[in-house]
Amino acid sequence: MEPAPTPPPSPALPNALAHLPIPFQAVDYAAKGYHLDATVNPDQVVDVVSLLDKEGLALDTITGVDWMAQGQMEVVYDFFHLSKALRVVVRTRVPRDNPEVPTIQKVFPGANWHERETHDFFGIRFLGHPNLTPFLLPEDATFHPLRKDFVS
Amino acid sequence: MITKEVISPPGAPNETFVINLGPQHPATHGVLRVKIVMDGEYVVRAEPICGYIHRMQEKMGENRTYAQFLPNTSRIDYLSAMTYTHGFVGAVERAAKLQVPPRAEYIRVITSEMNRISSHLVWWGAFLLDLGGFTPLLYAFDDREKILDLLEAITGSRLTYSYYRIGGLYNDVDDDFIKGTREFIAQMRPRLKMYRSLVTDNIILRKRLIEIGPISKEMCRKYGATGPVIRGSGIPYDVRKVEPYSAYPEFDFLVPTCEEGDSMARYLVRMEEMVQSLRIIEQALDKLPSGPVMAEKVPRVLKLPAGDYCYAVEAARGRFAVRIVSDNKEIPYRVKLRTPSLSNLSLFEEASAGMLLPDALALMGSLDLVIPDIDR
Repeated sequence: MEPAPTPPPSPALPNALAHLPIPFQAVDYAAKGYHLDATVNPDQVVDVVSLLDKEGLALDTITGVDWMAQGQMEVVYDFFHLSKALRVVVRTRVPRDNPEVPTIQKVFPGANWHERETHDFFGIRFLGHPNLTPFLLPEDATFHPLRKDFVS
Repeated sequence: MITKEVISPPGAPNETFVINLGPQHPATHGVLRVKIVMDGEYVVRAEPICGYIHRMQEKMGENRTYAQFLPNTSRIDYLSAMTYTHGFVGAVERAAKLQVPPRAEYIRVITSEMNRISSHLVWWGAFLLDLGGFTPLLYAFDDREKILDLLEAITGSRLTYSYYRIGGLYNDVDDDFIKGTREFIAQMRPRLKMYRSLVTDNIILRKRLIEIGPISKEMCRKYGATGPVIRGSGIPYDVRKVEPYSAYPEFDFLVPTCEEGDSMARYLVRMEEMVQSLRIIEQALDKLPSGPVMAEKVPRVLKLPAGDYCYAVEAARGRFAVRIVSDNKEIPYRVKLRTPSLSNLSLFEEASAGMLLPDALALMGSLDLVIPDIDR
């Protein structure tokens, strides 16, 4: 049995993916629960995710955050490494009145359901998605319950 | 595995039909619906349709305080509630920088591993029921009953535990619990040996599972499958080892894997995990430190510093992760719950194509689905 990998030292925060052209910020894992964080433009998402795919990372989840006061929606993509402690977060922001971002389900087929769920909850449209129909909400749902201005 | 191309006679009519499995069907263990396009006995396309028990847990997270949301987290995967509350309190403790006392962390490990065994026992019984064997279910529930009784005595609940609290535990364990748990370990070990000779080595079971529903390493990665599914495909991914949390680094245990990737591999991984969980519980009981089980000065109403915080745990079905986005108020701005069953089921459509229907159901059973864990 191999010994458990030791968590990265807190003061020095190496960027394990520094060789990639992605604007990663190293994050203190003990404080935040992930190692690398990058904010990119919506049109860069597919390229960034493809690079992470080539690094052998696995898709954790995709979700949204509604920043109503700033008039923006944030789309958050989470990835994890299969053998070492490396959690990667990629974020992008889209205007709240026209939330559109390209789908990554061609790179990670598992994104299909996560993107449908994010569309359900926030109304974020994933361009190029083959089946952006309600996933967890009723099939005739036209509302998006995690939008901050949603009233039931 | 017999595939369509091998068996279909030349000139056979190329006709398909649709069957609906569920949403109320014994083989789906809950309200999951699968729309299956069939060609004779073969699955052409099986599309799971989710959401029949969707409760919008994440919206509930945005209208109550952190402590008030805690009971919700034990109602997502009701079979391994301990690990789910662990994920949530872990995220809050990380954000609030709370130091959980060592005794509380040890008891968390003990109760989480007991919960893992009880969850695997339900899977084992129900899976064999799917495959046509009724008797093992009775044995599994007999063993599980002992765990539930032990946990009920200290937590007050039999299933939806809210035993872990932000900063520690609801209460300490007593001597009866420690004695009872040691007795349970002593009883469970020969039982697992008996299950191996009676069930695991049974030729009928093996013929139903070996080479049925193979899932490749690459498919696991692309779909984010975790838990016994990814370990059954030969990748030793276990959050307890890869991103160690709580007191897990202090125990000696193995991460069982199987290279084959078929339904039998996932079966064997879960059976061995119960053995390893017993090892962890035994070590934790031996080394159980004394002291308090609650951090000092946990505010009654928490306000987390603005930012986002993640915490991942190894639940019985795989990686469960919580993301809390805080805007420095008493109520979370956003709570995201990443559940293993959703990712594990998402590969079913690709993995089941071309299988015989009864084999596809064996594959589904080997994924160990809990439907409220998918629908949340």
